[in-house]
Parts: sequence; structure tokens; C-alpha cells
Amino acid sequence: MATAAAPGLPTLRQMLNATLKELAAQLAARKVSSVELAQYFLKRIETLGSQLNAFISVDPERSLAQARAADALIAAGSAQALTGIPVAHKDIFCARGWLTTCGSRMLSNFVSPYDAHVIERYNQAGAVIVGKTNMDEFAMGSSNETSYYGPVRNPWDTAAVPGGSSGGSAAAVAARLAPVATGTDTGGSIRQPAALCGVSGLKPTYGVVSRYGMIAFASSLDQAGPFARTAEDLALMLNVMAGFDARDSTSLERAPEDYSRALTRPLKGLRVGLPAEFFAEGLAPDVARAVEAAIAEFKKLGCETVEVKLPNMRLSVPVYYVLAPAEASSNLSRFDGVRYGHRASEYTDLADMYRKTRAEGFGAEVKRRILIGTYVLSAGYYDAYYLKAQKLRRLIAQDFVEAFKKCDIIMGPTTPTAAFNLGEKAQDPVQMYLSDIYTIAVNLAGLPGMSIPAGFGAGNRPLGLQVIGNYFCEAQMLNVAHQFQQVTDWHLRTPPGFAQ
Amino acid sequence: MIPYCADNFASIERMAISLVDVKRVAHLARLEIDPAEAEQACERLRGIFGLIEAMQAVPTDGVEPMAHAQEMALRLRADQVTEADGRELFQAIAPQVEDGLYLVPKVIE
Repeated sequence: MATAAAPGLPTLRQMLNATLKELAAQLAARKVSSVELAQYFLKRIETLGSQLNAFISVDPERSLAQARAADALIAAGSAQALTGIPVAHKDIFCARGWLTTCGSRMLSNFVSPYDAHVIERYNQAGAVIVGKTNMDEFAMGSSNETSYYGPVRNPWDTAAVPGGSSGGSAAAVAARLAPVATGTDTGGSIRQPAALCGVSGLKPTYGVVSRYGMIAFASSLDQAGPFARTAEDLALMLNVMAGFDARDSTSLERAPEDYSRALTRPLKGLRVGLPAEFFAEGLAPDVARAVEAAIAEFKKLGCETVEVKLPNMRLSVPVYYVLAPAEASSNLSRFDGVRYGHRASEYTDLADMYRKTRAEGFGAEVKRRILIGTYVLSAGYYDAYYLKAQKLRRLIAQDFVEAFKKCDIIMGPTTPTAAFNLGEKAQDPVQMYLSDIYTIAVNLAGLPGMSIPAGFGAGNRPLGLQVIGNYFCEAQMLNVAHQFQQVTDWHLRTPPGFAQ
Repeated sequence: MIPYCADNFASIERMAISLVDVKRVAHLARLEIDPAEAEQACERLRGIFGLIEAMQAVPTDGVEPMAHAQEMALRLRADQVTEADGRELFQAIAPQVEDGLYLVPKVIE
């Protein structure tokens, strides 16, 4: 391939912190090729990445084949926004020819025969899969410690968790092992790790991104979304990921949107709702200070603040831990050792094969949730737990409807504290579950939510500001985040040790 | 409609989860569980249900259960074959197949 000039190390170093737009411009100008970009990030994953355990699979041959195809598209003048850009995908997305484990021993031998809708969209856009990221087993966890492949470490402090369940994706973007990544969010699994790793992450409105080929945890709550450093990059990624797909019965038929269309809109007059419940007992002082400072920035940008109430939000954790395990116990019944995945090597009969396969294939947290889910759905308990939780889910969702009558957008902390230490909550599920107290209600309501970097707290660990929009208001949320990122530089910080 | 209201149970003190419950539920979920694991699961589940019980304090009489985030009807499609035959591809990753069939231990002698 004829290139204008061989890219030296300085050019590649510039790629480290480049936005997607900048990368696309460099690719278009032939300052760098997609193959060189892929090689550069693969090398970082191999060297710097080993201390983080952020990836379950890398497959340089596959990545480079995609990169060569992308370079051909660029040469032919048919590049799109993400053509030639390396992307790390959470290992929950089935990708043809790739090991797709969902962080579980159950799928530790599963090479997917097909592509998830999200993967298909990125592939069609010419993006390059740079690897599959580590995650909590079946996305059940808030610290990435439940992965069969071992915990991911936080690039800001390797003694700390990166959050979960999309911990590998968040850590990869924070450490610049990939420019951007994908994740999924059932109760905070994009927003919480984004906050704890100091990157931006967005969970769209339920139904905006197809769940086809995304290994199901709790189908009425699961939603895929992007991780990036900037809101602008998130918008470009959402442009690729969003859209109707007939293969997901809950995919919404809506006209395509350009999610970057409103980025530059001034925020003057925007009404920011501050739920009192977000600033109550349990919020660490460092997080409270960072969120208050962020809100002060928004006021400088012309926003008004209004107090709103989410009185039923305190029930979101109990409700979630009925509904999500109930749906999970049903979804995970498909793992029986018959058609794919792990099968026990010794068993006496069919029932014993199921029992042993599942006992060996699932880890402790997944088993726990299957037991909870089976219990709440079992005869005699359904009404008291499952139906009760569904009724409370409506009350929680209605609180947001009322709140959005008084404001345009809601803000608060993403997490009650900065990243905790590895092992700190691993033996106490209840404490672990409570770390998602500010994110879960958004999934129950089906609303879009995001987390953007908003400073540093105890131990110089990153903190996130949560931005919650009304249904289908992703473009507005990205506008709000982009404007914040024009006047702050939290999102531009790189963890020491990964800056070169 | 539901024949009886779940809220009637709110005031009844539910029995804490027992080891028998754990074993019954593990059986329903087709999970082999050894005695030590069952003991530990029982203890953890009690803690988790302690959290979950907070739900019972809130009255929900007359509230329509919310099963889904979007109020939508499931789409119908024409009754036509749309998927290509992927049997060989899918069976290539199965633990045990023969003549295009998935093999499992004999169920009927």
C-alpha cells in the first residue's frame, strides 16, 4: 500500500488520546493506516494490559484482517465515521469466530457461530475488533470479581476494582488499550465502571439498541451502550449501535437519529433536576463534593437547578434483586450442556448431567442469583415477591415521569463512593448490591443514563457524574455532557503508567 | 385479574429461608449443591432476602404490575422461513452429536 509517509512513533503517540473524529481524519489523510492503529493498540494490550486483565480474548490475526479490509475501504473512498477504528467489545456480545465466554466457565469453549446485532453494526461500519473484554460472569457483579477469568484491575490503582459488570471495557478505555469499547447495563454495568475508571459511558433508552446476540441476563432491563473518553465519541458510537432490528422483539421501530446533532447547543435555561434522594445518607463526602462542583459548572453554563423527588428509589435495589434474578433464572436455564458450552465429564443420567454441568459451569454469584430467581418464581412465592416487585417497578418509573414534569434532565452521583478495593465486598453480596443504589432505578424505568468523569476522590480514584434523560433524549444528554467536557478536563486525564 | 391480592401477605412474617428451601430450589434449577455450599448459600440468601423484604412495607394496592420498560405490543410477522439452515455450523460446537442429532444420556431404557 502506498502511504504518503511512514508514520513514526510520534504520530502513533498522538493516536493514543485522539478522539474518533481525529482518528478518522488521520486515517483519511493516510497519516496512519488502520493496520498500524490495530498493531499499536494490540501491542499496548499485550504489554501494558497484562497488569489489568481487561481482555479475555485477543486475536491479532482476525483484528489485522479486519484492519486490512478497513484500509481498502479508506483507499476506495468509502470510509464511514468508524472505519478503521479499533473497538474493544464486551465478551457478552457473540462475535462470529471469536471465543465468546460471557466471563463464565459455562461458555469457556464457546466460539460463536454468529454475530450479535451490535457486532454486525460495528463490522458493517468498518470498525476493527481489537479484543473481547473481561466482565463479571453473565454480567452479574459490580466489581468484575465474579469473572471466571479473574478480576480486572482499575488502571488508576491496581488495588481497586474497576467496577462491573463491564469492568474490562471501562478499564481498557481508561488505560487507552482501545480508543473506545462497548458494554451492557442491566443495573448500572456501564455507568458504574465508567465512573470508577474515569471514562464516559452511556446506557440508552431500553429498546434503542438490539439485544440480538447479546447473552441475556435480565431481558427487560439489559441494554447495550458505548464507552469512550468523550461524549462526542459516545454519540458517534451510538449512531452505529442504535436502530431497529426485527430479531429482537423489544427493539423499537423509530426513525434513525444523528446522536451528535445537538452537541454544540448552549445549555442556557436547561432545568437540571436534583433528586433529594441522591444526596442523602450513604453518599461519601468526596463524591458529594465532586457532584456539587459539577453542578456549579452547569450553573455557570446557564442551567437552572430544581429539586425533584424520587420517593420510591430506595426500593430499587430490593425490586431489582427480585426481578433481575427471576429473569436470569429463566434465561440461564438454556445452559444445559446439550447444544453448546460446557458439559460435565461424568454423570449418571440426563438429570445428573444437567445438575453437574450447571454446578461446574456457573460460579458462586451466578448460582446465588439463579437460586433467588427460582425461589421468587416458585409456587406460593410468586405474588409476594415477583408480582410485588413488578408493582413497585411501576411506582419507581412513575416517580421519574413526575420528576421530568419539572426538569429537562436529572443529575446526581453515579456511585456512592469511589472505587473500593479488590476483595473488600466480595464476601458480602448485600454490600456489593448496594453499590448500585443510584443506577438501578434507571434500568427499572427503562430510561437512558450516562456517567461522565467529574473529578477524583479518596485515594485519587475517579468519580462520575450521572446524567439521566427522559425517554429517547440521548442526544440531549450527550449535548449536556459535551458542554461539560468543553469547560472541564476530567475526561482527558490518563492514569499514570498508561499515559505513554 | 389476580384472584387474591399479594398485599394481604405483607403483614405476615415470612419464614426465613431454610436449608430445605435452598435444596428444593437448587433441585428446581437443576443445580447440584453440596451440603457446605447449601449452608453458605442459605446464609447469603437470608441476608439478601433481608434486603428484599423492604418491599413489603410499601402498599401497592391497585398498582398495575410493570413487566416491561416500554408499553409495546409484540410484533407479528408473516409465517415464512427467514433463517438459513445453520445446523452444521451450530452442531459443530455441540458437546456430542451423531447423524445431525444432539446426544444425551439415555432417558428411556
